[in-house]
Amino acid sequence: MDQFTLNLLVIGATFALYIGIAIWARAGSTAEFYAAGQGVRPVTNGMATAADWMSAASFISMAGLIAFGGYNNSVFLMGWTGGYVLLALLLAPYLRKFGKFTVPEFVGDRYYSATARLVAVVCLIVISVTYVVGQMVGVGVTFARFLEVSSTTGLLIGSAIVFAYAVFGGMKGITYTQVAQYIVLIVAYTIPALFISLQLTGNILPQLGLIGSYAPGGGDVAFLAKLDQVVSELGFKAYTAPTDNMLNMLLVTLSLMIGTAGLPHVIIRFFTVPKVADARTSAGWALVFIALLYTVAPAVGSMARLNLTTTFWPAAVSGNALDGEALSIEEIDTNPQLSWIGTWRDTGLLVYQDKNGDGRIQYFNEPKPLADANKALAAAEKALAEAPADADKAPLEAAVAEARAARDAVLAEVQLGGVSLAERGFVGNELTTVNNDIMVLANPEIAKLPGWVVALVAAGGLAAALSTAAGLLLAISSAISHDLIKGAIKPDISERGELLAARISMAGAIALATWLGVNPPGFAAQVVALAFGLAAATIFPALMMGIFSKRVTKEGAIAGMIVGLVVTSVYIFLYLGWFFIPDTNVLPNTPDAHWLGISPAGFGPVGALLNFVTAYAVSAMSKEPPRHVQDLVESIRIPKGAGAARAH
Amino acid sequence: MADRSRSDAYWAANKRLIYLCLAIWAFVSFGLGIILRPMISGISVGGADLGFWFAQQGSIYTFLILIFFYAWRMNKIDREHGVEE
Repeated sequence: MDQFTLNLLVIGATFALYIGIAIWARAGSTAEFYAAGQGVRPVTNGMATAADWMSAASFISMAGLIAFGGYNNSVFLMGWTGGYVLLALLLAPYLRKFGKFTVPEFVGDRYYSATARLVAVVCLIVISVTYVVGQMVGVGVTFARFLEVSSTTGLLIGSAIVFAYAVFGGMKGITYTQVAQYIVLIVAYTIPALFISLQLTGNILPQLGLIGSYAPGGGDVAFLAKLDQVVSELGFKAYTAPTDNMLNMLLVTLSLMIGTAGLPHVIIRFFTVPKVADARTSAGWALVFIALLYTVAPAVGSMARLNLTTTFWPAAVSGNALDGEALSIEEIDTNPQLSWIGTWRDTGLLVYQDKNGDGRIQYFNEPKPLADANKALAAAEKALAEAPADADKAPLEAAVAEARAARDAVLAEVQLGGVSLAERGFVGNELTTVNNDIMVLANPEIAKLPGWVVALVAAGGLAAALSTAAGLLLAISSAISHDLIKGAIKPDISERGELLAARISMAGAIALATWLGVNPPGFAAQVVALAFGLAAATIFPALMMGIFSKRVTKEGAIAGMIVGLVVTSVYIFLYLGWFFIPDTNVLPNTPDAHWLGISPAGFGPVGALLNFVTAYAVSAMSKEPPRHVQDLVESIRIPKGAGAARAH
Repeated sequence: MADRSRSDAYWAANKRLIYLCLAIWAFVSFGLGIILRPMISGISVGGADLGFWFAQQGSIYTFLILIFFYAWRMNKIDREHGVEE
């Protein structure tokens, strides 16, 4: 059976499963639509939360980010798991006791203000819409790569599936589909990882393989030491190298932690369990299921990177990369075990170019002077090639010659492994593109695993993207039907009317997300920083103060959220462009230009701090909250009676 | 609702437990994983140094243990103060 048929079968089977669940788990009431009737077991909810949380970014991109960022990108591992400790200790149990359906509803009740609720709705929609775009793009790209349809067709198929179970099943349908999606994605992620770990370290558990020894080299050198040696030799930063900006690393980690705890689509999952004690253990179970992927990810990333490097430098397996010859193009074209290089070259995610014409592909890190000189030479050559036929070419040819002489001077100067590049005959890095995503997507092929594993990885990527998209869409649609329509526009709406409104909002949200997926605004990658930064600076402080302080007033909370929202967005826009429009940034997005060296992704905690300070200062100047609000805070602190709160 | 002093005592016990758990949470990630890594680089866990291991593996395991520890202790505190479900 060919790979395409296998992909079609495996993806088709998982989709049939999701549709089957959609038919079985229809929502009959608003309580079922918003919170699955608050009858989900903690372990089940933990699994659904894990799928809800782990997006296309976690599944496809994170291992590659860690592979090439090394120790510095541990921020994703600690940040995206540490947030669950904050959720379990500071938010989930109390919000479950509150016993209602949405995050803005809590903000509105606790701060006795429809305005506060509206501000929370705005924050929620900005966070969730930016996040959902990335998921929809992920669905389209995965379809395009594995099922050979256009990414728009893929996106429409994915949207139709989400429509089936989200519109009819609401939170109930989404919950049970997410459980199935979790199983698909974790199996797809770990199977290739187990094989690769066994091949490279002789240890089947990737978590132990990461700290084990490197088997192909004879087993007397540690795997991480081997990886450091090989990449350093080729001029890259060592995988375990220390961070060059500790403050920024701390703040980005903290931003991802607080941001995770403040993401509405994650928080609402804890409204679905029966009791307060269940909300606490459910966060633990969620982290168990997330950790299964997150502790494997650094092994997948680092092992795939070593595999990739030794593929291009075969001598690196047993010694120094540069002692042997680089991989030849003839080998790539004729060796069936290397056919994946051609496959991925077709997608543009892996690009090589034999610049010095020696028939081999030299993969190394160009030092900055060489990269600059090569860029100048390419620009001069381009100007010459594009000149009109009747133009005077002499000055352009002179410019090319000058640029080439300058580049050759750099080649004679720059050394790799103690020998100058000119002497080695290298002119530049010839593996010009290695996309982060292929560290996961091409992993089974690099490790020479059977075709059904490749198909499983495709189904896993789709499961990760669809489950997160569904969770985000529910957060958006419930904010519209419950907080805007029932909360503000038409408070006397009937139960049936609200359920219908919820379904229509869901259909509308899916249509919007699909449209944004087909016409992505071109900044999908940067918005993650915004989503986490805003969740950290707006929703998390508002919820935490609402639970841990009785003194914070509506004026304080509203002022705090607005300050957090404005300051954090402005800081991000200063470096990434106003509303992410390219070239409108006021300052260059480089470490030297960052305020105190804090990158836009690390600004969340600063925004959160400003939110806290503003809220306390304004609260101290305003009249204390009314008696019934203080009683509400008293009551959510005590687990007793959460079952009764289900009656709402 | 339980009377005022009882619920205050319950809340104080909860907060003490939260402070303890958050101190450990910050120590393994920000402490061992980032700030202290250069100082403890001599200690190794298999082929990795201790700080690196905490940044890519150890802190995740600690977070897991912390959440279940908190849930277990809180269930006990709930019962001691008669506020369990």
